[in-house]
Amino acid sequence: MSNSTLSSVSSDPRPSPAVRAGRPLLEINNFSTHYVSAQGTRVVRAVDDVTLRVNAGETVGIVGESGSGKSTLALSILRVLPTAAQIVSGQLWFEGEDLVRKTDAEMQNVRGKRIAMILQDPMASLNPLFTIGNQVAEPIRVHEGANRGTAWRRARDLLKAVRIPSPETRVRQFPHEMSGGMRQRIVGAIGISCEPRLLIADEPTTSLDLTIQAQYLNLLRDLQREHGLALIFITHNLGIVAKMCDKLVVMYAGRVVESGPVSQVFNAPAHPYTRALLNAIPRMSDRRERLTAIEGQPPDLAALPRGCAFAARCPDAFDRCRKETPPEFSLDGGRTTRCWLTTAATRSGAA
Amino acid sequence: MNVLEADGLTKHFSARRGLLGGSRGVVRAVDDISFSIENGRTLGVVGESGCGKTTTAMLVLGLEEPTGGSIRFQGQDLRTLDPLQRKQYRKSVQAVFQDPYASLSPRMRISDIISEPLITNETVTSAGVRKRVLQLLDLVGLPERSADLFPHEFSGGQRQRIAIARSLALSPKLVVLDEPVSALDVSIRAQILNLLRDLQEELGLSYLFIAHDLAAVAHMSHAIVVMYLGKIVEMGDAQTLARAPKHPYTAALFSAALPSHPDEKRDEIVLTGEVPSPLNPPSGCRFHPRCPMAMPICSQREPELLQADDRLVACHLFSAGGNAN
Repeated sequence: MSNSTLSSVSSDPRPSPAVRAGRPLLEINNFSTHYVSAQGTRVVRAVDDVTLRVNAGETVGIVGESGSGKSTLALSILRVLPTAAQIVSGQLWFEGEDLVRKTDAEMQNVRGKRIAMILQDPMASLNPLFTIGNQVAEPIRVHEGANRGTAWRRARDLLKAVRIPSPETRVRQFPHEMSGGMRQRIVGAIGISCEPRLLIADEPTTSLDLTIQAQYLNLLRDLQREHGLALIFITHNLGIVAKMCDKLVVMYAGRVVESGPVSQVFNAPAHPYTRALLNAIPRMSDRRERLTAIEGQPPDLAALPRGCAFAARCPDAFDRCRKETPPEFSLDGGRTTRCWLTTAATRSGAA
Repeated sequence: MNVLEADGLTKHFSARRGLLGGSRGVVRAVDDISFSIENGRTLGVVGESGCGKTTTAMLVLGLEEPTGGSIRFQGQDLRTLDPLQRKQYRKSVQAVFQDPYASLSPRMRISDIISEPLITNETVTSAGVRKRVLQLLDLVGLPERSADLFPHEFSGGQRQRIAIARSLALSPKLVVLDEPVSALDVSIRAQILNLLRDLQEELGLSYLFIAHDLAAVAHMSHAIVVMYLGKIVEMGDAQTLARAPKHPYTAALFSAALPSHPDEKRDEIVLTGEVPSPLNPPSGCRFHPRCPMAMPICSQREPELLQADDRLVACHLFSAGGNAN
């Protein structure tokens, strides 16, 4: 499991951040996770210089294609990276503590208790050999030291909370006796069992049918309201972001290329990649003859081109894009973008 | 002119229950459905898992034998074909599947993958094969040098192009597209959807397009069939159906589709419960236990697929006998 070493942890110059009021729940600063090959010759910059804020109770959607680094970022937050991965720089401030500098033992009190995660495939997250009740009760027993009886009663209540019919019988059943939608709701119940402050959902509805997906997304929204959870949605589906999220973070080749409030970004995307993504989705309402496709492929993360990683596919690229990597520019309304086309007028000062 | 017509098409699978196979159940995967695919047009099929869309594709491809009803291809009933004509039929109907990582053999070169149907089914010289392979690669927008490479050297989108090239090797009339873009990244999906449309125009292909993504189906199809538990519940022109669904299930399905814009406000119909088992479908209308508009008649009598304005709907709300008002 996580052996994510930070070779040179600089002594942190900040005062204890917990005391500062109004700080976001999760604050990721210039964070990078790289995969390094055994000989150290190949370095894949899966997450590179990512800065991101999540406020309490907020829903943030992280969107990107496969290989854009969105899942690695999620695994980094929980420090459950594969051994080849290394957190090479940056901080992960969560409720005033830097998760990067926590020991593995300390992280065990964070995972499942203060930050929980829902994965894509519920059949892979549930153990087929244990009853539903056992699995929902486990985090309560581990994290809160509750005895068996209390934990089981709580498990039953949790099943009720995720709208599973007749929880009294379901709690004694095994995962194979449930449908896909029900399994995913059980994973949700495990997620909220210790009342975390942050729930990370990595493609939680990809394996579900449409009408079941709608049920599940509404359930997550209700749970979030009831428990004041912050929610990070990792998805490739902009529709989920449009439906669920307050804030959108677009990743491309390991970097955040654009972020901001959802409706602002949808109405006026600042980065050409975001614009292209929004144009590439077929819409129910209009019958366009052709979709505006993004030509080419995402770059190889082990051999990133000089300059902006999107330049080769960007319709607006010019000389500078191929030479220099654009920094993160701050725009009005709490938005950011990494694009050289950001005009001085819209910029509220380079970051 | 229709390239393919299905009439009362039915496929039941028998399910053995118990060790001795004593009591037998029947899975009514596809139950008495009729549809047609016009020449050079696309028929989209939507529905959730278990609705029978993949079984329908299997029946059309001739990979499953129907237990009832018939399929006519270019006017000829498939049951009347002799083995030679049957072979001819199989050549005229090809398929592209969901996962291009599973559908291409990792040990074959691209030229071998694309030319395999050609070599199996036709007598061509090796020079002729090579020429056809390059022609097909060009058609799907891949460079000539791809012919000598292996699948692992390609990305998902490129692999799907290879799968499409292979499906076109025998110049089919109808291509069954079973979730052709759901395994691909968003930025690549549009490329493939555009390619499929271009090919349709260029080669006059007909498509049977099966997908979860309703917006993609609405974008690609001329007509749409909505299935629920082995039955067609609504069928009609793609745009009319997507804009104003009539059947309560279609309405719920389209309202469950994710919005394309955060400011898009819609009435959301969230269905309760899940799709019942096709082994033991509900009485009357199969949708009635989940239907927000269910009436007493719905649990008693199965609605027929009848004309309602500009489309066909199977719902008592729209049938003359129903007490709609």
